[in-house]
Amino acid sequence: MRELAITVIGRDRPGIVADVAAALSGLGANLTDSTMTRLRGHFAMTLICTSPAAPAEVEAALASLADNGLLAMVRPVQPDDITAPTGEPYLLTVHGADRLGIVAAVTRVLADAGGNITDLSTRLSGDLYLLVAEVDLAPEAVDAVTARLAEVGTALGVGVTLRPNEADLL
Amino acid sequence: MTTHGRVRPVVRAPHPVLSRPAPEVDPTDPEVVQLAADLLATMRASPGCVGLAAPQLGVPGQLFVVDVTGHPKATTVHGVITLCNARIVTATRWRPGREGCMSVPDLTGDVKRAGRVVVEGVAPGTGEPVSLATEAFEARALQHEIDHCAGLLFLDRVAGAHAIHPRKVYL
Repeated sequence: MRELAITVIGRDRPGIVADVAAALSGLGANLTDSTMTRLRGHFAMTLICTSPAAPAEVEAALASLADNGLLAMVRPVQPDDITAPTGEPYLLTVHGADRLGIVAAVTRVLADAGGNITDLSTRLSGDLYLLVAEVDLAPEAVDAVTARLAEVGTALGVGVTLRPNEADLL
Repeated sequence: MTTHGRVRPVVRAPHPVLSRPAPEVDPTDPEVVQLAADLLATMRASPGCVGLAAPQLGVPGQLFVVDVTGHPKATTVHGVITLCNARIVTATRWRPGREGCMSVPDLTGDVKRAGRVVVEGVAPGTGEPVSLATEAFEARALQHEIDHCAGLLFLDRVAGAHAIHPRKVYL
């Protein structure tokens, strides 16, 4: 068994997940972690599989779906290299008028402080650009990061909020 | 004397007035009284709208109206609430819930809010102090409008990277 990283993207239609999952299970590949979502009319899948089949074999099987407008990529990855948390969980929200470089500038501030983004989504809704990121950050870095984010936000004309991401464990 | 309110256009994000903390207002200022009437008229003219704050009419000022009367999620209902310079005094029983906003018309978000609040402010016109305790949906609406007065949208409080959703219903 080996671990494979797979991305599939194509114009959204009913049946994409079923088709891809059938192709994978036909090769004995077992889906572990995945995210699948619709992005502006495209359906995007990012997933990790454990597979007896080689990457090229899996890619060939998925390529047969290309007739349906799907683009697939398969790469071997090393299992179990889970990154240890590098701090406490925080939530970052950025919103404002869409312009080039918002994500680059804001995430650079986090990266420079050793912050590790664990989840991020962006959305363009009319003129409104919105970014929400979950980031692990050292608590002692938060004040400096908040101040720097405010400067970057002002320069870009966007609102930036950074706050602790409280987990509700029941 | 009743002030006649005008229905005014609602500004949408990313308008900067929605992201700046608004200053306190003078509740006895006739312009503030007129604005309160305009907020009420605009809220009434907008189907499904249960609250509107001055920044949403493009005016930076700590003033809003809320009316959750008849809403299926409402439990405690005070009818029309119009407050200047309001603040939350106590907030307890935090609960997640989904919110929308006329200034962010195409999105909704999962936001944790206090299920029970005590809010203090002053009434437009008289300037008399107002203190009210409420819960559930009305408490959520008040927190949403007080946030507007502080330059915050529900987007600033969403619960995670996947807590923003395309809006499917508009009521």
